[in-house]
Amino acid sequence: MKSKVIIFLMMLACLVLQCSVLPAIAIASVVPNLMIVFTASFGLMRGKRAGLLIGFFSGLLADLMFMVLDFYMVGFRAVIYMFIGYLCGCCCQIFYDEDVKMPVLLTALGDLVYGIAVYGAQFMLRGRIHFFYYLRRIILPEVVYTIVLTLITYRFFLFVHRKLVKSEKRGVDSFV
Amino acid sequence: MKKNNLEEHTKSRMLLFFLSLFCGIMILTSFFLDFNSSPVKGTLGLLLTPVQSGINQVGGWFSARMDYFESNVNLAAQNDALQAKVDELTVQNTQLLQDHEELNSLRDLYELDHKYESYEKVGARVISKEDGGNWYSLFTIDKGSADGLAVDMNVIAGGGLVGIITDVGLNWATVRSIIDDYSNVSAEISETSDTCIIAGDLTLADKGSVQLVKLEDPESKAKVGDTVVTSTISDKFLPGILIGYITEIGTDANNLTKSGYVGPVVDFKDIKEVLVIKNLKQTKN
Repeated sequence: MKSKVIIFLMMLACLVLQCSVLPAIAIASVVPNLMIVFTASFGLMRGKRAGLLIGFFSGLLADLMFMVLDFYMVGFRAVIYMFIGYLCGCCCQIFYDEDVKMPVLLTALGDLVYGIAVYGAQFMLRGRIHFFYYLRRIILPEVVYTIVLTLITYRFFLFVHRKLVKSEKRGVDSFV
Repeated sequence: MKKNNLEEHTKSRMLLFFLSLFCGIMILTSFFLDFNSSPVKGTLGLLLTPVQSGINQVGGWFSARMDYFESNVNLAAQNDALQAKVDELTVQNTQLLQDHEELNSLRDLYELDHKYESYEKVGARVISKEDGGNWYSLFTIDKGSADGLAVDMNVIAGGGLVGIITDVGLNWATVRSIIDDYSNVSAEISETSDTCIIAGDLTLADKGSVQLVKLEDPESKAKVGDTVVTSTISDKFLPGILIGYITEIGTDANNLTKSGYVGPVVDFKDIKEVLVIKNLKQTKN
């Protein structure tokens, strides 16, 4: 219970950072996607079920915060983030926690999928067919910047995760 | 243990399935329902606004430093461009022509300025750009419904149209700028009074340019350098607000309408303060 509350609070903190601090450090008006880093990292560390729940809720919060073109399409990011969280959770078994390569790879893939999904649903369907322009100008720079963000934040997420696991174990032990 | 694992596996699959279903239903309902005033956004917005404006001060300092390096990098390219411009400007005839055009447009601007003065305006500070990711040209300002702002109010800066308020909270409001991919503004050419649509395009946002489409101009009177203002027939934008000047124009494949590009007068890259016009466009109802 305690760890769930902590994870939820961290999710809120990430959302606040996403719409306040990160736009201020945008390079060439490209903002990294902290919510995907958060979802992918925790999905990878905590498994399928936690991954998909974390993805679902962070996507839902993002949906309620940000408009999709001209209205709030609630559920759009939630479903994408949920699948990212779930698939990262599937890699939980082959995960070496000291190794930063795995989360970097998964975040990059997740962000790429997210970018393509946004392009497909909101631009391609409206006749904006220059996919490679959007890939070059927005999707790939965002992926690169998100990778950099993962390298910075992953250690912190891992640290929090270990603390949580420790306190969970202690909780179980004290019951026994 | 193995059975337990398998159970866990099916459980999370079921969860995934039901949540996907839930999302699908929510997406469909959000086409009909209005989530604009969701309590999540309201509460978070209330908390975020002071944080954002505080961070914006710090962020402004950082971005000023970053701009300094960026401008150094771009210096060589800019030098070449400027050299070409110098050559161009030394042609006396062109210069005189440009001066003449400038005089005309400034006269127009002067008249337009008088028009703006009759509207009630309120100043606001931009506290967050790139609102909602890299795909949109939305930004947040630090005034909201508490200061009398409402959805569909027009936003101007530096004498030109910036955009329109799409969402408003107690102490913040979201503005969709005219360079946003979803923005469509009903406009007219000041010189000829022909109507057209000014449509934002993400591929042009870097150049700070917007598309001019559906210009009905059978006599081909519109030319490069003409002034584009908001039209009287727009249902959301007040008439006569300056948008920009035509930079390129050509006839469409259908031979009926024309299209081209417009360079807005507002520099969307470093927009810091804006004016919100508190008068709403009068509609039938």
